[in-house]
Amino acid sequence: MTRLPPRLVAVALAAALVVGLAACAGGGPPYALRNIAGLVAPLRFHLTNQDNQAVTAEDYRHELVLLYFGYTECTDECPTTLAMLANALHTLGPEASKVRVLFVSVDPQRDTTAVLRRYVDNFGPDFVGLRGGPAELTTLSKRYRIAYHYEKPDRYGNYAVDHSNAVFIFDGDGRARLLAQSDNTARQVASDLSRLLASS
Amino acid sequence: MPAFVSDLGYLLPWQFSPTVFVTCAIVVALYVRGLRALRRGPDRVGFWRAFTFFLGVALNYAVLQTYVDFLAQHMFWIHRFQHLILHHIGPVLIVLTAPGPVLRAGIPAGLAGRRRIAAWIRRPLQLLFRVIQHPLIAPTLFVGLIFFWLTPSIHFNAMLDARRYLLMNWSMLADGLLFWWLMLAPRQAQGSAALGYGARILILTIVAVPQILLGAYIALHATPLYDIYAVCGRAWDISPIEDQQIGGLLTWIPAAMMSLVGVLVVLHHILHDSEATARRMHAHVAADGSGAPA
Repeated sequence: MTRLPPRLVAVALAAALVVGLAACAGGGPPYALRNIAGLVAPLRFHLTNQDNQAVTAEDYRHELVLLYFGYTECTDECPTTLAMLANALHTLGPEASKVRVLFVSVDPQRDTTAVLRRYVDNFGPDFVGLRGGPAELTTLSKRYRIAYHYEKPDRYGNYAVDHSNAVFIFDGDGRARLLAQSDNTARQVASDLSRLLASS
Repeated sequence: MPAFVSDLGYLLPWQFSPTVFVTCAIVVALYVRGLRALRRGPDRVGFWRAFTFFLGVALNYAVLQTYVDFLAQHMFWIHRFQHLILHHIGPVLIVLTAPGPVLRAGIPAGLAGRRRIAAWIRRPLQLLFRVIQHPLIAPTLFVGLIFFWLTPSIHFNAMLDARRYLLMNWSMLADGLLFWWLMLAPRQAQGSAALGYGARILILTIVAVPQILLGAYIALHATPLYDIYAVCGRAWDISPIEDQQIGGLLTWIPAAMMSLVGVLVVLHHILHDSEATARRMHAHVAADGSGAPA
């Protein structure tokens, strides 16, 4: 075979090593939550809120939006996460008025607007319940790369829904910024939200 | 899974990628045209060879553009299965059929005449190709890509970001084709860049080791390494550890087995070449008029 100059090979290997190391180092995230700027699609949706009004992402411009997928009959993930978020907003104090938690139901069959309204009222005035048809949900699940599936109903017809545990956080311009997970604390969320509010 | 996805819907792309669709369509069209062009000549392609080629293309297409793609985004072990196809099995099937001459015969006559590409495009591409196919760089890249995309933080972002996800899958497929072509194509087909068979056996043996170690590390790790699947939700009910164990095993055993398959193919080439040499020598001796075979 035609030989490559050894120096070229050395340079190529060294370059690969440098790129690899740079990718590994990457600089520690300045936020306690995971930074997802540039990774996740901007906020966009067409859904119905708990007062049966059609809403879109435009309605939440200039507010920090926390987008979470769940269902009201959820017994562990959803209430824990929503309570943690409520706690974080409480810690934020008056600044919390610029923050909105959008709870999108992945179980619209059982989560009617009335059910959603009763549910989100438990958590506070900054919580919005949203629902949409299967087509809208599929669009959202593709857009935010999340999955959910319905488990087999028991003999009373009750069933659980397995779903994503991500809280996507968008800034006032609808750009994805941070990702909170169920193991993050209210304090971490509050301090990062406060920094986001200060920077926008 | 959304209830309205009917059975046929599983065959439709979860997220349509024009690049994958157009590339596969062009490759299949060229190959079919090539088959027809070579139908009457001495280079006629047999049924099983053509079948193997189409199977390789179809497998790659299936893991990228059917419901498998959705599952691969939401289940670690199916993601590992997807990469086993893209980086190992699909490219091996395609390369084994030595499709180059058939594809070339399929290029429409109007385009074939203008095949010469301007030097300023061709030269850097040739240089890049020679760098990638260097006997030290090719195996480093082959193993390096597996480790790179399986680094937990990089894996997280690749699964979250649609563009990174596409880049990941394309890089695996492209590297799989290049690596296995370097390993499995007959020396005559590789032209000036041909790599010796001994070196290939060595490379195939060496690349199996880090794949075994990584697969074992993932399969035997006691805690979940890749939390993205919990963040984005799994496709069905399976414990994260079980998902990880199956994924680790897929990285470990079938991936390393492909090295063995590769070595067998290379041994076949060696045998074939030595038989051809023996035949040539016979012919040579016979032409000399000595009559007696060596």
